[in-house]
Amino acid sequence: MSEFVDRRNLDFVLFEMLDLDTLLTTPRYEEHDRESITAMLDVVEGIAETNFLPFAAKLDANEPKFVDGKVEIIPEVGEALSVLGEAGLFAAGFDEAIGGLQLPWVVTTNINGIFTAANLSVANYAFLTVGAANMLNAFGTDEQKDAYLPNMLAGKWFGTMCLSEPQAGSSLADIKTKAVRKDDGTFSLSGSKMWISGGDHELSDNIIHMVLARIEGAPVGTRGISLFIVPRYRLNEAGERGEWNHIALAGLNHKMGQRGTTNCLLNFGESGETVGYLLGEENKGLACMFHMMNEARVGVGQASVMSALAGYLHAVDYARERPQGRPAGVKDQSTPQVSIIEHTDVRRMLMAQKAAVEGGLSLTSYCSLLVDKQKTAETAEERAEYDDLLGLLTPVAKSWPSEHCLEANKWAIQILGGYGYTRDYPVERHYRDNRLNHIHEGTFGIQGRDLLGRKLRAGVSALTPLRNQISSTIETARAQGLNAECDQLEKALASAEKAIEVVRSCEEENLSLANATLFLDAFGTVVVAWLWLWQASVAKQASPEAGSSEETFYKSKIAAAQYFFRYELSKVFNTFELVASLDDTCELASADFFGVS
Amino acid sequence: MKVLVPVKRVIDYNVKARVKPDQSGVDLANVKMSMNPFDEISVEEAVRLKEAGTATEVVVVSIGPQQCQETLRTALAMGADRGILIKTDDKVEPLAVAKLLKAVVAEESPELVILGKQAIDDDSNQTGQMLAALLDWPQGTFANEVKVDGGKANVTREIDGGLQTVALDLPAIVTTDLRLNEPRYASLPNIMKAKKKPIDMKEIGDYGVDVAPRLTTVKVTEPPVREAGEIVEDVPTLVSKLKAKGAL
Repeated sequence: MSEFVDRRNLDFVLFEMLDLDTLLTTPRYEEHDRESITAMLDVVEGIAETNFLPFAAKLDANEPKFVDGKVEIIPEVGEALSVLGEAGLFAAGFDEAIGGLQLPWVVTTNINGIFTAANLSVANYAFLTVGAANMLNAFGTDEQKDAYLPNMLAGKWFGTMCLSEPQAGSSLADIKTKAVRKDDGTFSLSGSKMWISGGDHELSDNIIHMVLARIEGAPVGTRGISLFIVPRYRLNEAGERGEWNHIALAGLNHKMGQRGTTNCLLNFGESGETVGYLLGEENKGLACMFHMMNEARVGVGQASVMSALAGYLHAVDYARERPQGRPAGVKDQSTPQVSIIEHTDVRRMLMAQKAAVEGGLSLTSYCSLLVDKQKTAETAEERAEYDDLLGLLTPVAKSWPSEHCLEANKWAIQILGGYGYTRDYPVERHYRDNRLNHIHEGTFGIQGRDLLGRKLRAGVSALTPLRNQISSTIETARAQGLNAECDQLEKALASAEKAIEVVRSCEEENLSLANATLFLDAFGTVVVAWLWLWQASVAKQASPEAGSSEETFYKSKIAAAQYFFRYELSKVFNTFELVASLDDTCELASADFFGVS
Repeated sequence: MKVLVPVKRVIDYNVKARVKPDQSGVDLANVKMSMNPFDEISVEEAVRLKEAGTATEVVVVSIGPQQCQETLRTALAMGADRGILIKTDDKVEPLAVAKLLKAVVAEESPELVILGKQAIDDDSNQTGQMLAALLDWPQGTFANEVKVDGGKANVTREIDGGLQTVALDLPAIVTTDLRLNEPRYASLPNIMKAKKKPIDMKEIGDYGVDVAPRLTTVKVTEPPVREAGEIVEDVPTLVSKLKAKGAL
């Protein structure tokens, strides 16, 4: 068994739970079938194992260096990324019309996940490129697309997203980077961008930055932000890499994890002119950025699940092989020791990981499938319903894994004990890598306000489509005798609805959202409980041969669902009550209460 | 020059094989299956011959259940031109495979047949040699280098004492060893293109060959669990323990 991928579970989620076969009958995806998707996953697993996994620890120990104004990075990174380009993986998710394979997004997400689990720091360069290319494809003029997309989709030029600045990250309204219009219609950019992953390196021939900036004289706040294409090297007449565009690497950030991905402070227009090209409409930059946000945020959730999966699989292997201690009640110390997996508490820690990882994967995969369903919906109403559902679930898919799959990484370290805390084993690296997912692409707190404030309180998203999906799962699950779980899920949902009602009727915005982060966490647990009920119900319908490994697989699904309901879902009631009580402990806490007085 | 490459669908090398509860064989239900790694090397070598302009067509053939089509598709995605699937749900032993391949050779008239030296499921290491005997063709087994020039194939073989190069008159049989090449991963676009390449569906009956098994499997068991070791106090104790076990 390889230690970074669980193909049996992936097959279960894609084909048995989410019924990918049906999606593949729609005209948009009819070129694909289970056989070719399986063949692609085989290739991906092989490349990840051969070209990504072997140097993940080495890259972590040798983070990129800033030498004479340039980034130095171990050569394996560039080699792995060129294999990725040659295999056609940068282009896979794009439409056939622009040279892609038109793969369903749920498949692309899971392909990406395999690389993430093998070596996250390297995979990031590719994902950032795909994200930037996606935006170019959605908002670029034909001329802009022709200039950049072919090289980006071939993996020859990379891309980045430049949003944050040293003084403004979560609060994009306050960015200062300036764009001055020139006579030829292009712009001259100046300012600093912070936390730019993949912002500078010598891995690709060019780097195409997607930069948020204010055009001189634009309105204050989010309504005055525009989006620009800013290449590291301008293109010459032949469309090839030309002269330097004066984007200076001012420094590299030294991070806790994901150390192989350069993270940069970039200065624009400092030593000479930085030329930018407007992408989309003037002052509509944030709207363009948010157009891609659902996919990007679900991708962050997926990355979190994958770090946890890699830790979990390592912990399982270790627990099977590490002898220590004797079964409870055995006092004779001359008897052989047992593998630690024989200890109940170790199995509890493994169950916690399994429940988070497989629950999380079903969440990110379901949300990715919604992107495909939007694209294949036959009516406008159908599409609107998927839009609504995805909008509601995106903050959950981004955040729930970043908390609970990080917790899973904690348990993986715990199972290895002192060894887990050393760099001789990968589990501490996965924990460090995963920690970022709680922060970037909108922090946990920002997501909480998005879900409870913008979506549920202000009414941007309705709960009804999700409620309908859950009801239909409950109906099926009841027929399979999962009544206790169905009852508990209905109770939890009612409790969440009560909290939402209170928040909606409270006129003081600050007070009503004081515990939005906690609400998001508990609401996420309800959503994942629903997905576990769904999984258990699929497992109950299977009829594997007695004594086979398949029988064990389905039994493990039912056990993990039971664990999730009894150990996790049981916790949400207090949280919803707290939210519904509009508790003001933190709201009223004075800033003076904290620290040394 | 046409090259024929037989490929076998086997349990994936990464899977921890488990014995079925009734001890009749290995549990293959929902277990990942893939192309025998030695056969991947054969396909790679044939595709390289084609890329070098030496071979004009690469035909892959598999014998087994319907799902062997997936294995053939893998080979087609790597660069083979077309496939032949001889369908059977029965177990076929190396001799039966060799006889069927002889019949395919009669139809296809390849100048080179490149086989894996063995399959990782039964480790027989027989089919290539048997096929050479049935066809009365020269054979270069355990190849770690193959050069085709004019009407000859120069095959460097891995032997116990080192390397041996043999010159074979074509048509000939080559079986591949691990170090011959490093097989490529198919690109995703090539996986899609492979779907459009032809696979000829055949039945064993089409070839009029006796494939009845010559062996009966009595039972399949897991290897015995290794017993715990023991730390002895000194050398004389070690010697006496070894003597007691009859090892000295």
